[in-house]
Amino acid sequence: MTGCGKSRQGSSNFLESRADVTMDAELKDELSRQGIFTTTLEELYNWGRRSSVWPLTFGLACCAIEMIATSMARYDLARFGAEVFRPSPRQADLMIVAGTVTKKMAPQVVRLYNQMPEPKYVIAMGACAISGGPFKQGYNVLKGIDRYIPVDVHIPGCPPRPEALMDAFITLQKKISAQSLTGADRPRYLHADEPSEFPVPEYGAHDLEPPKNVKLWNIIYKKANEARGAGEDESGRD
Amino acid sequence: MRVRMNLEEIKSAIEAAVPGCRLQMAMNPSVSAQHSLVVEREHAVAVARYLRDDAGLRLDYCSNVTGVDWLDAETSEKVKVKRVVDGVEQEIEEVRKTRTPGYLEAVYHLYSMEKKHGPLVLRQRTENRGDGVAVASLTPVWRSAEFQEREVFDLYGIVFEGHPDLRRILMWDGFEDHPMRKDYVEPNDYEYEPTPHDAVIAKAAQARASEGR
Repeated sequence: MTGCGKSRQGSSNFLESRADVTMDAELKDELSRQGIFTTTLEELYNWGRRSSVWPLTFGLACCAIEMIATSMARYDLARFGAEVFRPSPRQADLMIVAGTVTKKMAPQVVRLYNQMPEPKYVIAMGACAISGGPFKQGYNVLKGIDRYIPVDVHIPGCPPRPEALMDAFITLQKKISAQSLTGADRPRYLHADEPSEFPVPEYGAHDLEPPKNVKLWNIIYKKANEARGAGEDESGRD
Repeated sequence: MRVRMNLEEIKSAIEAAVPGCRLQMAMNPSVSAQHSLVVEREHAVAVARYLRDDAGLRLDYCSNVTGVDWLDAETSEKVKVKRVVDGVEQEIEEVRKTRTPGYLEAVYHLYSMEKKHGPLVLRQRTENRGDGVAVASLTPVWRSAEFQEREVFDLYGIVFEGHPDLRRILMWDGFEDHPMRKDYVEPNDYEYEPTPHDAVIAKAAQARASEGR
C-alpha cells in the first residue's frame, strides 16, 4: 500500500492531528517484512469503506439485469466486497442507478439517495442513467441523473456488460482509497456546511420543478468545459 | 383469420340490430386493405355489445386501444366539370380543395377467442381537437380496455365517458399536457449537448440562448 501519510496544515481537531503523522514508505515496507504492520487511520478507514461497499437493491430497467448478473456467481461482485445488496437505503453505501430514469421516477430516486447515510456514492449505469440514452428526445425521460444527485462514476453502454460495471466499481474503490479525511480536498460529507441531502424535484404542470439542480449542474458543466479546453464561455455561468 | 363476414355485411347487420345507428366505413387504401367502422358516440356502447354478443361475430376480446391525432387536413382532387365557356359547353378539369377539420380518434382492435377470427377495427371520433372532447368508454363491454383508455386519455386528452376510473396512468396527476398530440411542445432541456445532431442542434441552440450563453 502506498501513499501513507501526507503533510497537512492547520490541524486543530483530533482526526487531523492523527493524520499528520507521516511515515517513510520504505520504512513501512521494511517493517511489514519484519512482521510489523503500520498504517494510518485514514488508510484503515478507506480500506474498510472500499472493501465493504453495500449497494442498494435498485433496478430501473434492463441495466438492472446486467447488475444482477454482476452480483451472481459468474461475475461474482462478492470478490470486491460488494455482494450484500441492501433493500433499504438506510443500510446502503452505493446507489447503482441501473436504467432509465423517467421524470415520474426521478423524485423517488433523489429521495432514496437522501435517505442513504454518509458516506454514499453513486454509479450511473448505462446510456439512460448518464444522459437519457435512446430516450433522450422523449418527453418523459430524465436526461441524466446527474441533474439531481452527484454521480461518482458514469458507465456508458446499452446496457453495459458486467465487466463494465465491475470496472466502474474498481474505479470507485480507487476513488475511495484516494479520499483524505482532512484538508480542503476532503470529500463532501466531511464538510459540515456541505449538504448531504439534495432537493427533491416536484411534479410540475409541464416538467419537473426545477428541471435540474443548478448548483450541481454548474459543476458538471464546468468540468465538461475544462475537459474540452473551452474555458471562454464560462463567464455566463454562476 | 379474417372475420368471415365482410365489413359491409357487418355494417348493415349492426344498423339493423341497433336502432337509429348509422355507421361510417373508414377505408384503408393501402395493400393491407384493413377497413374499419366508425361509430358515433351515442351508439358506441350498443354497437360494442352487439359485436361482442352476436352469435356470428362473438368479438369477445379487445386486444388494443390506441389514439390518433388527425390535424386539419387539406386534400385536393382533380374533377372534370362541364361548363359553358364562350357559349360552348366544354369539359374542364378543376382542382377542388376539401378542408377536413382535425379530430381525435380512438381505435379499438377486436378479436374473437371463440370463433378464432379478427381483427375488426372500430373507431370513435371526436368533433374537434379541443380540450375535454369526449367519446364513449367501451370498458363496460371489454374490461381489457380500461387501462388502455386511460392511456389514450393521458396521452391524447380524449375523455372516455362512462369509464369507471379515468385518471392519468403514465404521466403524473397535475401534468397538463398530452404528449402524443402533434402540437405538444416538450420542455427544452438540451442545455448541455456535447454532440448535438439533427433536430437537437436547434433545440440545443435555443436552450443555450434561453440561459444567456
